[in-house]
Amino acid sequence: MLAYILRRLLYALPILIGVNLLTFALFFVVNTPDDMARLQLGVKHVTPEAIQKWKAERGYDRPLFWNPAAGGLQQLSDTIFFDKSARMFVGDFGQAEDGRDIAREITSRMGPSLAIALPTFVLGLFVTISLALILAFFRATALDFWGVVACVGLMSISSLFYIIGGQYLVAKVWQLVPISGFGEGLDAWRFLVLPVLIGVVGGIGSSTRWYRTIFLEEVGKDYVRTARAKGLPETLVFFRHILKNAMIPILTGVVVVIPLLFMGSLLTESFFGIPGLGSYTIDAINAQDFAVVRSMVFIGSVLYIAGLILTDISYTLVDPRIRFE
Amino acid sequence: MPSIPDTNDALLTVQGLSLAIRRGRAHTPAVAGLDFSLRAGETLALVGESGCGKSLTAQALMRLLPPAIRVTAGQVRFQGRELLNLPEAAMRELRGRGMGMIFQEPATSLNPVLTVGQQIGEVLVRHLGLQGRAVRERAEALLQQVGIADPARRLDEYPFQLSGGMKQRVMIAMALAGEPSLLIADEPSTALDVTVQSQILDLLQELQARRGMALLLITHDLGVVARMAHRVGVMYAGQLVELASRDAFFQEARHPYSRALFAALPEAVPRGARLQALAGQVPAFAAMPKACRFAERCDRVQSLCREQAPLLTPLAGNPENQVRCHFPGSGSFLAAAAGPGAGSPTFGPALLEVSGLQVHFPIRKGILQRVRGQVRAVDGVSLELAPGRTLALVGESGCGKTTVGKALMQLLPLTAGSVRWQGQALAGQGGKDRSWRRRMQMVFQDPFASLNPRMTVGDILLEGMQALGVVTDAAAGRAASAALLEQVGLQGDSLDRYPHEFSGGQRQRIAIARALAVSPQVLICDEPTSALDVSVQAQILNLLKDLQERLQMAYLFITHNFAVVEYLAHEVAVMYLGRVVERGSTARVLAAPAHPYTEVLLSAVPRLDGRGRPIALAGETPSPAAPPAGCHFHPRCPRAVALCRERYPDLLPLADGRQVACHLPAASAVQLDGEG
Repeated sequence: MLAYILRRLLYALPILIGVNLLTFALFFVVNTPDDMARLQLGVKHVTPEAIQKWKAERGYDRPLFWNPAAGGLQQLSDTIFFDKSARMFVGDFGQAEDGRDIAREITSRMGPSLAIALPTFVLGLFVTISLALILAFFRATALDFWGVVACVGLMSISSLFYIIGGQYLVAKVWQLVPISGFGEGLDAWRFLVLPVLIGVVGGIGSSTRWYRTIFLEEVGKDYVRTARAKGLPETLVFFRHILKNAMIPILTGVVVVIPLLFMGSLLTESFFGIPGLGSYTIDAINAQDFAVVRSMVFIGSVLYIAGLILTDISYTLVDPRIRFE
Repeated sequence: MPSIPDTNDALLTVQGLSLAIRRGRAHTPAVAGLDFSLRAGETLALVGESGCGKSLTAQALMRLLPPAIRVTAGQVRFQGRELLNLPEAAMRELRGRGMGMIFQEPATSLNPVLTVGQQIGEVLVRHLGLQGRAVRERAEALLQQVGIADPARRLDEYPFQLSGGMKQRVMIAMALAGEPSLLIADEPSTALDVTVQSQILDLLQELQARRGMALLLITHDLGVVARMAHRVGVMYAGQLVELASRDAFFQEARHPYSRALFAALPEAVPRGARLQALAGQVPAFAAMPKACRFAERCDRVQSLCREQAPLLTPLAGNPENQVRCHFPGSGSFLAAAAGPGAGSPTFGPALLEVSGLQVHFPIRKGILQRVRGQVRAVDGVSLELAPGRTLALVGESGCGKTTVGKALMQLLPLTAGSVRWQGQALAGQGGKDRSWRRRMQMVFQDPFASLNPRMTVGDILLEGMQALGVVTDAAAGRAASAALLEQVGLQGDSLDRYPHEFSGGQRQRIAIARALAVSPQVLICDEPTSALDVSVQAQILNLLKDLQERLQMAYLFITHNFAVVEYLAHEVAVMYLGRVVERGSTARVLAAPAHPYTEVLLSAVPRLDGRGRPIALAGETPSPAAPPAGCHFHPRCPRAVALCRERYPDLLPLADGRQVACHLPAASAVQLDGEG
């Protein structure tokens, strides 16, 4: 088991290096520092001198991989790749356009992002699994039919509609919570209720339908017939036999997104004015702040890899067939 | 055979039970007017081919029918209570308590994520009201009772950690946990190897005798019926066509369908005779004839049979025995099956010589996935195939027989060994020479899975011919394909149809045609009939025999079915843990096996006359990753001595030409040897 986890972590190393190289290529080879400077300076101020100055201020005037002008190890370290990309491995993301330290910004914005993403995730999982269980329990009845119709309806509505509609109804018409903003400490809950609620409702359609399919697939299996032949009541058949088997595909399907919860949600955070990582990313994209966008792309990839490793590990935890191999 | 307690009170009475399949608003009758009863301590076997409604009947008794199937009429009385209108809650009380059920496929019928202890325990909690430690103790006792060694440890294991036989024992323990008075066993041993099947049947018989349970045994295997049943019910197309005591049934089955079933069995037919394959197919439920349902396939059919439906009528002199036929047959059916013996086949020089064939699979472990051991799937097998001859490769699952076939086809790389074709060496180790496949082709076990469902029959046949360059233009390919279908007894117009439009037997014919497409000289058949019903099996075996006579092909026939071996094979090689333990002419080996494992295997096959006691085989087949030192069979061998633990015996010839890898071959075989 431990050997297995260690092996998975070892496999992740070359992938991380590959991700780092790809991100680098995307931001510095495809989109050269000169292009960045032009975009940042704006059409009016672009002169060769201004571009040179902009690059020099940010250290983009150096060679990409290899600096023959420098001596010793500096030939490697005094380059754009080492300074801007390789150092991301140790959590050094450099500075944003406004001069602030990106790493510090990220740590302070993680909290608000998690405050929304975590409750949305946990609550959403609970609600959709419960709904899917109900639909599967009453399979092939009118409840099941109309439930699936409702799910398809919910899926078909844009998430923007949920956000704007929710803000209009709950915050503006009923005035139950503020439309947007964020507070410190325990006071924050008033600002969190609406985005969490909307996040949960927006996910009901697709997740419920998916989980229902998983449950129904299990219902048809032979071991369920065996359980019924024992004379077990239907509730026990569902909660002991079917749920436990269906949780294997469900859990492993959702574990992959757990690390990504840190990243927050781009849409929700910017609409509700939450100072999290999602709105940070959106703002950086709008401001064409490449240092920040680059950092977020890299962190997103790393978290995704972490999610995949967690998925593999969670398989071994919930499925005895894999645990004992 | 335990005697039935002398009581006239039926435990279970089924009257006029009818089931229908619902499709939209239409109901198609599936099972029609079933009548039978069962007393305590009695075994009734329900026999029939797939789709005859025997499993549906069992599920209807438990009221566990799939949602699309409805009971349309009839009564089921169990212990004096009418089951069909019992409230669901009362029915649940009865399931597992009054009647227990064992299912066919132990691998999928157990919950994969619950431990054995939990699965047995929940019956004890539900029906016997046991709590806490008592549950575990009783579960342990139950496992002990069904013959599982080290039950305390097994309780905490998951089903995937158990072998197939052990899983079925756990299923039986579960069914017995509620101490039912009726046990319904739906093909309880079909998915198991013969030696394991023999153990399971013994166990069921012993438990039945001890507890006085009634047993409703659903099976398609007449050998199992002969061994287990007191009475036999034969089902055809949703009807009970014959109901008789076991002795009466096996001496003189009366219904033409029952008689046809016997005639289709390789073990019931004299050696060399042709199997009597039933013509046509079971009518579809939607297009069921109004009169006799068997009329279209019956060899005794008369005009009355097409006009008036026969009733299940008691026979004169013995009202216990009933038959649904206007003109029941009489006399021993075996005589009717006798036919001309096959001529002695020609004997040529070996076409294919395999020597020292090894196929090992590496076991990788640890962080760096280094090779830590080898699974010796095939560990030194030598054999020869001659034109027009059939060599049967026999053994239980995991013995490596299928791996031999795949390795010969170059579907798996060889670890060691040489293969010579007419004296010339074919590509050696790990070769990927596809030209082998023009000379050798393979027919696979399951025709439902081995044909691509998205390709037409024509494309399936053409693909192989084009890949190996047998034909180049489409028109010639089409003509060749049509001729192939003709050869295997299918209409030429089947070319543009898809595999799902054909029955199992027809699909296996297509699979054979596909193999024949490149005119191979060697045909490797991997259990080609084990997924088929007996009457269909007879058709396929006859076809294979005809093709061999006509085309002088050499067959390597991989199977676990000794009746098929006896019918088809000239020579037989018995495999155990990757090695051949005995090899020789079929007649010699089957009449007087020399290796103790061959003896055990042969004794475990249920015989139609119900006689012969199986030799008990201790333990389970060891893992081919760590075979026992010395002779691989010695830990389970009744004759093992010190030498067997030390040295693996060489494959040495006896005087009659057969070869045996045993330090102490059976005296009877050696004696025979001395005479011959």
